[in-house]
Amino acid sequence: MRIAVLSDIHANREAFEAVLEAVRELAPDRIVLLGDIVGYGPDPEFCVEKTAELVDRGALCLLGNHDEAIATGGAGMTPNARTAIEWTRERLAPAHRSFLAGLPLSVEVESLLFVHASADGPAKWHYVKDTDGASRCLAATGAPTVFCGHTHVPAIFYALPNRRPVHFRPLDNVAAPLSALRRHVVVAGAVGQPRDGNPAACFALVDTDAATVTMLRTPYDHDATAGKIAAKGLPAWLGMRLKIGR
Amino acid sequence: MRQLVPGATIDGFTLTEKLPSGGMAALWKASHPDHAETIVVKIPFLDPGADASILIGYEVEEMIHKRLRGTHVPRFIASGDLAHVPYVAMEFVTGTSLAEKAGAAPLPPEEVTRIGIAVATALADLHGQKVVHLDLKPENVILAQRGAVLLDFGLARHAELPDLLGEESSVPMGTSAYISPEQVLGERSDPASDVFALGCILYQLATGEEPFGRPATFAGMKRRLYHAPRRPREANPAIPRWLEAIVMKCLEVDRSRRYADADQLAFDLKHPDQVPLPKFERAGAASWWQKFAAMFRRPDDSQLVGPASTGRRSAGPSIVLVAVDLASGVDPLADEVRSETARLLAARPDSRLACLTVLKTEIIGETKLADETGRSIYLKRLVALRDWARLLQLPDDRVSFHVLEAVSAADAILRYAEQNRVGHIVVGARSSSAFRRHLGSVSTKVVAEARCSVSVVRLADGRDEEAAG
Repeated sequence: MRIAVLSDIHANREAFEAVLEAVRELAPDRIVLLGDIVGYGPDPEFCVEKTAELVDRGALCLLGNHDEAIATGGAGMTPNARTAIEWTRERLAPAHRSFLAGLPLSVEVESLLFVHASADGPAKWHYVKDTDGASRCLAATGAPTVFCGHTHVPAIFYALPNRRPVHFRPLDNVAAPLSALRRHVVVAGAVGQPRDGNPAACFALVDTDAATVTMLRTPYDHDATAGKIAAKGLPAWLGMRLKIGR
Repeated sequence: MRQLVPGATIDGFTLTEKLPSGGMAALWKASHPDHAETIVVKIPFLDPGADASILIGYEVEEMIHKRLRGTHVPRFIASGDLAHVPYVAMEFVTGTSLAEKAGAAPLPPEEVTRIGIAVATALADLHGQKVVHLDLKPENVILAQRGAVLLDFGLARHAELPDLLGEESSVPMGTSAYISPEQVLGERSDPASDVFALGCILYQLATGEEPFGRPATFAGMKRRLYHAPRRPREANPAIPRWLEAIVMKCLEVDRSRRYADADQLAFDLKHPDQVPLPKFERAGAASWWQKFAAMFRRPDDSQLVGPASTGRRSAGPSIVLVAVDLASGVDPLADEVRSETARLLAARPDSRLACLTVLKTEIIGETKLADETGRSIYLKRLVALRDWARLLQLPDDRVSFHVLEAVSAADAILRYAEQNRVGHIVVGARSSSAFRRHLGSVSTKVVAEARCSVSVVRLADGRDEEAAG
């Protein structure tokens, strides 16, 4: 089975559309969206509607902390993030908001567990950004492989029982192997706000038969998105970071 | 665990004969109805309680071996599901184990050279596939009809795959007789480490001694960072000075002073007359004061091993071949060819240049160069070639000169490039005359048939018309 895993779209229409076009060509058996459909970006309505459409056609979508913050407020978020959440909340219609509020925190497909941040208390939004985070994530579940997003930086952690997981930064567009002997945490890069220095949108393709994961990169017109961010009065840094991928 | 006996089958492979094996895995000759050839099945010892490093080594070997292609590795046939029936099935390679040769060392210099070329060529091929072996030793090399074949990728590293071993252990992984200084310090990604190991093997083959012994402790292995082995000629005066120079260059602690890659090592082994002979300082020449001062100047271990070679490798071709037409002296086209060559060499400071010019002979087999006149034509051309290269201002160890005698210049250039694994060819092209259009030019043929990149240098606006004649 081949699954396209899209995380952290963050209301970035241009990146989302570019990735969906790439996904169409790949024709995976399944699409899973790992959450954070909104926040930071200038096109929340479009992204929520597009996601709902995908879900209607069989895609799975999870709740992210930015999606949750639409209902609960952005307590604990950075000022830029909170400003964007407040701006977003005003634009979304009740239907958009109830779609986001109804998203689940995790979902399992065969032996794969999908969650936005970490299996270690999914609603606590812990980051899996190092081997300790990956260990805690794996300790919280029996699933052999966990897929998450939230950090915006692609990574794969390879774990054996009673040993520290091995961190690997998968190369862009090169299939990374999954080991039959190990458990894994796969952190998908971000569609709508990459932070690994490469501004191209990132999504993951997992092939369970070949036992591989590939971080695929799709360049998109980030200048257009940054222009909208400026025009709509969102914080300037949110546009700047799209250009540099940080 | 299943009983391994002759006649037992694993995934369709019938075990026929147990082969001598080490402590990590059992090796069996095997057959399979879908494969006519003899097969080796490698089955890791994974009893409950077995060391996890055996498991991980097996995992690494399976992951890397199945991605390798070509004549310098055993053909990968199949592997079992690691969690249930772990095994790797591969082609049985017929040949002589290099361990057997090492047992008979010291070997004559010609044989050491021949083996060195074979193993360096195999390493260059492996490194070209983004893999570093990291456990090169005589036991892991088979000298086969088709060249050297490298075995056992259990400690290897693929540049595009996770290093599952890297975070496993703080003890250096490798074989203490051949392990490179940077591996001793825990680095596991530099092809230069295999060049060092090959240097240890060549030292052993030439002298009958291992350059660093077989230290059992970390401190013992670390000694190679601070103490050079005695020179091979001290152990065996029959070793030529050029071979000693090559071996010692492989064994440099600082990777930036080692051969830039296995191709350059093979190149020197193929062209002994072009190897510059360094002046080795006499050991013990330092005064007590110098030794005393050095104790306080000891740099960091990581400084001693220098920067990794991986960054330099991607900067440009390692061996550049420039074909210079000097039949009518140095003309504007030859100048332009030199400028282009300089630009290419500047991209990679550790690249080297082979300057080649062809003396055309009319008939195959005619030995023009044998007589006095022929000899003087040859020497004249060599002098002209050196003079042409003078403006490039390259040190001796970066440049070599070759005057070839051939009927077809293009064929000579192509053959030379292939034999020496040249990474880039620079060749000039005269503006097209009716004569050239009819016969085809040297550059056209080189471009069409070369297996590497080719730069064709032309003069703008037919400035070479009068020179071309």
